[in-house]
Amino acid sequence: MNDEAWGVPEAEGGRWAFGTGFADPLHGVDVAVPAGVDGAELARVCVALADDALVGAQRLAEWVTRAPEIEIELALANVGLDLLGQARLLYTRAGQVDGSGRGEDAFAFTRSAPEFRCLRLAELPRGDFAFTVLRLLVLSSARLAVLERLAGAADPVLAAVAERGVAEVAYHRLFAAEWVVRLGDGTAESRRRLRRAVVEVEPWLGEVVDDRVGAGLGVAAGAVRAACARDWRRVGEEAGVRLPLPAPWDRAPGGRAGVHTEHLPVLLAELGSVAREHPGAAW
Amino acid sequence: MVDGRRHGDDEEFAEGRARFEETIAADRRVEPRDWMPEAYRATLVRQIAQHAHSEIIGMQPEGEWITRAPSLRRKAILWAKVQDEAGHGLYLYGAAETLGADRAELTRALLEGRQKYSSIFNYPTLTFADVGVIGWLVDGAAICNQVPLCRTSYGPYARAMVRVCKEESFHQRQGFELLWTMVRGTEAQRAMVQDAVDRWWWPTLMMFGPPDAASPNSARSMAWRVKRHSNDELRQRFVDMTVPQAERLGVTLPDERLRWNPERGHYDFGAPDFAELARVIAGDGPCNAERVRRRAAAHEEGAWVRAAARAHAARRGE
Repeated sequence: MNDEAWGVPEAEGGRWAFGTGFADPLHGVDVAVPAGVDGAELARVCVALADDALVGAQRLAEWVTRAPEIEIELALANVGLDLLGQARLLYTRAGQVDGSGRGEDAFAFTRSAPEFRCLRLAELPRGDFAFTVLRLLVLSSARLAVLERLAGAADPVLAAVAERGVAEVAYHRLFAAEWVVRLGDGTAESRRRLRRAVVEVEPWLGEVVDDRVGAGLGVAAGAVRAACARDWRRVGEEAGVRLPLPAPWDRAPGGRAGVHTEHLPVLLAELGSVAREHPGAAW
Repeated sequence: MVDGRRHGDDEEFAEGRARFEETIAADRRVEPRDWMPEAYRATLVRQIAQHAHSEIIGMQPEGEWITRAPSLRRKAILWAKVQDEAGHGLYLYGAAETLGADRAELTRALLEGRQKYSSIFNYPTLTFADVGVIGWLVDGAAICNQVPLCRTSYGPYARAMVRVCKEESFHQRQGFELLWTMVRGTEAQRAMVQDAVDRWWWPTLMMFGPPDAASPNSARSMAWRVKRHSNDELRQRFVDMTVPQAERLGVTLPDERLRWNPERGHYDFGAPDFAELARVIAGDGPCNAERVRRRAAAHEEGAWVRAAARAHAARRGE
């Protein structure tokens, strides 16, 4: 394969590596907003779900070279890359329908923490492996419930992204659930760590289960809570731990309103460090 | 009785050796259950393990930039690339296991310094341009070394290398494509690329190993067709392949002796500092201690997770 002389064809603008001809990930898709769809509301939902995915992926990227086993290294990268892919498509869609014409990188690298709309559980520091898989279980249960419903959204782009996302997030949930069960059933040490993870996750659950992110696009109230209740009961029973379903959340402003933990600005500083150092540069 | 058994073993040994030598001579593949000389087995375990360790340690220098990649597209590309390296490590450890090696023992050998990994990963990645230059030069050099291994005499290793080389080829292209984008960007980006090329060029040439005259294991590996080209042949091939690409990028390779030699039909180039290579291999490179420490920390911090998985599997009878 390397014996051939290879160069850079001018015709392709010098971008000849596989897939690089498509700067726009929605290339070839009809991106017109259908009649009756509120562009601003559509953009709001896309950005919130993209922020959850990007911030979640960033935390998983912190595991690279630090996973307990190579197989887990591969699995966490799969999950992270799925989420990153969802974020890119959702940001791109948001930029098309919010009137700003922004691209995916503008959303990721030029906003400050209060402009992000992710759930606060997603932004908490990486933690140990027990915290990582428990958080992934919680966020995947909720995300799957939302995406399943958005797969029927009136906007064809969001519907397509959600449909693909359902298959991906179902795997994330399975991977996380299997590990929660292994840790709950494993050793005294793994049980201790899993119980500690439950305590660490608990304060942030209300915002997750009563998330109304898709309400304006037809995601029924209570859908997320019902899905989480079902998933956590099943996994908790098998793992021998109780994952408490919180009382209805009091709607204090949280991540969806731009009110975050102190961890998000630090995460964003790292995320955008190179991009900010070279304003206007193309990569 | 004892004598008789020994006699039988000798016959079996002689038959096995004859079959092995016939397989090598006919350029066919040796498979895990075939008889093979102990030294052949040991050489392959050493080489495959070193290769697997290189993939796993090699995740570190670039992996550090995933969280800071300057665009989401570059983040996805780099993450997928580093994930590929984990995958290569996994199936190379698998290939070593077909020779009777144990993955946990190989990991211990790495952490205790009894087995090596490629010297190149002991150099630091200082800017995002290093991601491009590692793809272009380091992965390019790895391909030169590894493409011949697709025809190496040990079957499982040869087959693993087919897939590894396909993915490495993609890695090299993404690196070149990143650099190609950067050199057409801002002045600062062009300066980053040249700086990274200046730092990585000589360590990359060292990846082909010591000069042939000073390569102790080469002759036997060539005879066994584990290895098919000498270190100096591969180094020349890499230089010949890379110079036109450097010209295309508009970067300068930091070697005053580099020029086309029409008589040889090859580029002439300066000798890398092989004393530096020896120092880095001996453990005295810029990042040796840090790389092994990181790998050890991940292994130790993950011990409770692996123990939990084992306990759960045992309880489930898996």
